[in-house]
Amino acid sequence: MTGTLLKIEGLTKAYPGVVANDSVSFEIKYGEVHALLGENGAGKSTLVKMIYGLVKPDSGTMLMNGAPFAPPEPRAARASGVAMVFQHFSLFDALNVAENIALGMEQPPAMRDLAEKIRTVSEDYGLPLDPYKTVGDLSAGERQRVEIIRCLLQDPKLLIMDEPTSVLTPQEVEILFETLRKLTAEGVAILYISHKLEEIRALCDAATILRLGKNVGTCIPAETSARDMAELMVGTELQTPKSAGATLGDVVLDISGLSMPSPSAFGTPLRNIHLRLRSGEVLGIGGVAGNGQDELLLALSGEMRTAHDAVKLKGEPVGQLAPNARRMRGLLTAPEERLGHAAAPNMSLTENALLTGNTRRGLSSRGFLKWAKARSFAEEIIEKFDVRTPGPDNAARSLSGGNLQKFVIGREVLQDPDVLIVNQPTWGVDASAAASIRQAILDLAAGGTAVIVISQDLDELMEVADNFAALNEGRLTETRPTQGLTIDEIGLMMGGAHGMEVAHV
Amino acid sequence: MFKLEKRPQPSKAFAYLTPILAIIATMIAGGLLFMALGKNPFEAIRTIFWDPLFGEFAFYYRPQLLVKGGPLILIAIGLSLGFRAGIWNIGAEGQYIIGAICGAGVGLAFYPMEAWYIFPLMIATGAFGGWAWAMIPALLKVKFQTNEILVSLMLVYVAEQLLASMSLGLLKNPDGHGFPGSRNLKDYPSAFNDEIITGSGMHWGVLTAFIAVIFAYILLNRHMLGFSIRLTGEAPRAAKFSSVNPTRLILFCLGMSGALAGLAGMFEVSGPAGQISIDFNTGYGFTAIIVAFLGRLHPVGILFAGLLMALTYIGGEIAQANLGLPAAAIQLFQGMLLFFLLAVDLLTNYSIKRVKTEAV
Repeated sequence: MTGTLLKIEGLTKAYPGVVANDSVSFEIKYGEVHALLGENGAGKSTLVKMIYGLVKPDSGTMLMNGAPFAPPEPRAARASGVAMVFQHFSLFDALNVAENIALGMEQPPAMRDLAEKIRTVSEDYGLPLDPYKTVGDLSAGERQRVEIIRCLLQDPKLLIMDEPTSVLTPQEVEILFETLRKLTAEGVAILYISHKLEEIRALCDAATILRLGKNVGTCIPAETSARDMAELMVGTELQTPKSAGATLGDVVLDISGLSMPSPSAFGTPLRNIHLRLRSGEVLGIGGVAGNGQDELLLALSGEMRTAHDAVKLKGEPVGQLAPNARRMRGLLTAPEERLGHAAAPNMSLTENALLTGNTRRGLSSRGFLKWAKARSFAEEIIEKFDVRTPGPDNAARSLSGGNLQKFVIGREVLQDPDVLIVNQPTWGVDASAAASIRQAILDLAAGGTAVIVISQDLDELMEVADNFAALNEGRLTETRPTQGLTIDEIGLMMGGAHGMEVAHV
Repeated sequence: MFKLEKRPQPSKAFAYLTPILAIIATMIAGGLLFMALGKNPFEAIRTIFWDPLFGEFAFYYRPQLLVKGGPLILIAIGLSLGFRAGIWNIGAEGQYIIGAICGAGVGLAFYPMEAWYIFPLMIATGAFGGWAWAMIPALLKVKFQTNEILVSLMLVYVAEQLLASMSLGLLKNPDGHGFPGSRNLKDYPSAFNDEIITGSGMHWGVLTAFIAVIFAYILLNRHMLGFSIRLTGEAPRAAKFSSVNPTRLILFCLGMSGALAGLAGMFEVSGPAGQISIDFNTGYGFTAIIVAFLGRLHPVGILFAGLLMALTYIGGEIAQANLGLPAAAIQLFQGMLLFFLLAVDLLTNYSIKRVKTEAV
């Protein structure tokens, strides 16, 4: 099928102080997977919200099937055949699949009919799902299926998907792609938002790239390299991080039989983790979110104590030591959550520099703070890591995500650690900041520091890590060299398809 | 339609401006209230804010400002340390009472001996009593994760019963012809908390309050412990990441606020009040909570807030006596002050934006 389904012309939306979308135009054809690419803050979500009727454009027009389309609310958009799968699921854990789906419907049919319908639709599209299963027992991939089926029951003409693969293993991604391809074969158009370029190359027929609210280019992903797309997104030439290829030294971090209950009710306990890390080594730890990554960081930073000799630093047991005692011995960490965990949002950058820098940088004597020294440490971080801010007196929350992340990573790197553990170092960070953070990690390793990078971005891990291991339900797989590792093997290490079946249709 | 928008940076100007705005708003709303009660609002406001400082009898009221402000400041300084870290000691009134009982008890135990060391000993036991009383909610919180707000508040009522028991029993004046209440420490030079400068209202407790302000300022701005307190209040997870030990912090903050409240009680009983009696406590421990917030939990702010609060107390009393305003109206007036302060406080972190109504 050909022809234009949705034509967007000169769509503009301004918020106080920022133009989120500046006369954006593009079109989506029937049966096409159209990628919407851009960095954080490029205006992707505003654009999608306008199509879904959540936000009203200031100017510009949309044509659906040639007819003017200006949904005042999501209900109207749904009536016109637009459906959306959000990045964050809105499901009730205590209800079953059918009940959850019924909740989102205007006039839900009788439960038995609905269940039957769910079963049929899910089989048809290769997303088998038991309508009577409680949502709380489903994996992230299965939950996403619930959301997708909820959309499919509306017979959509345009399906919007916001970062759908961030919660999936490679195997689960493959299953999702099968479904999407089947949908497009039936003429459904898909607007696919992502920043994972390889995925877009594999799936999408066309791509529109946004930068600072403007449409900066359209390309055919299959014929464009990921690098070129990234450069369109960022607007400058990207530096690919280079590893100096350091030789590995002695074992500096030795984790054996590390088990720890989760601090929160919904967390994952760590189960008997073994791991040896040598100086100069970068170990990438992959895994789907919520499989023990946060807990592993807490156990290593010292925020959670474990059996004393489960964690050995340069031969010395540190499992019972507080964070500062570990810092003094050379073990530094950078947690995933920037605001509230790695940094205090309302405090100045100087104060945030003090937050972890006190012990190794000697920012206090006999408990009395040396503010001048703390301030110059903050200035050093800002300068060496190119943190864009008016100065060290600014509050952490005034920085953009990428800049604050550079600050948080820089703060640890400049303390010259023996072992550095970072969790999601480039999450939600723009491509150029991500590249400079990865380069900093590689430089650190070249200088003999042992680094663990915990990340859900497999491309990132492949780029920086010498060795790879995966967390799955709180267990760590054995460590394998990154070189020669196929995406299939990685997926299996991450837990494969988590037992999700594929309907053969 | 108006919308609140979070400022990227807390506004410095508004941080200083909000107390003033709150006072002005309180004056306006209070004036309306007094008008509704059939009084001249300008006269009432003048009586509360102006007369105690510059009126005909100001020579009498000005020392009262220090006498009433001293304990408020001393208690509020202690409370503010915990409040900054998100540790809520609501029971300063109880710690104040216990501090007074312990301090007075030690003094009376020496009666009628005269010695230089009696008063310092009373100071130490007063602080200890408040500290020990605050350790009850602290230890329960640390060991059993109980809520310190509830426990400390409940202990106020326990302390009040203890106070009644003391004034009727153990500490009752043997020469008091059966009246409840202890001997008057004003008649016992070694235990009397006299004015340092006669007629100024400046007794040892006021001096201690000023020292506490300086001490708290240095602690919060120049010391790692103060930094840990602020960090814990701002971002508890970041504090843990930064190696702050929450247990130690709870013990320190509750203990410190208890000790300062105990000191305030001891200075009060041995000075302005003079004796342990059933109605010895007058709510300083609760008013200090308002003072702490009115002063934005900042030591210097608390100094001014304590004096301001003392002013409304004294002015309120004058207004009651001269204008016949009901006591409840004065309390309402003080309550408004806190209400407006918290309301206007929003402007430090948010700005008000006018937005066109958007069809959703």
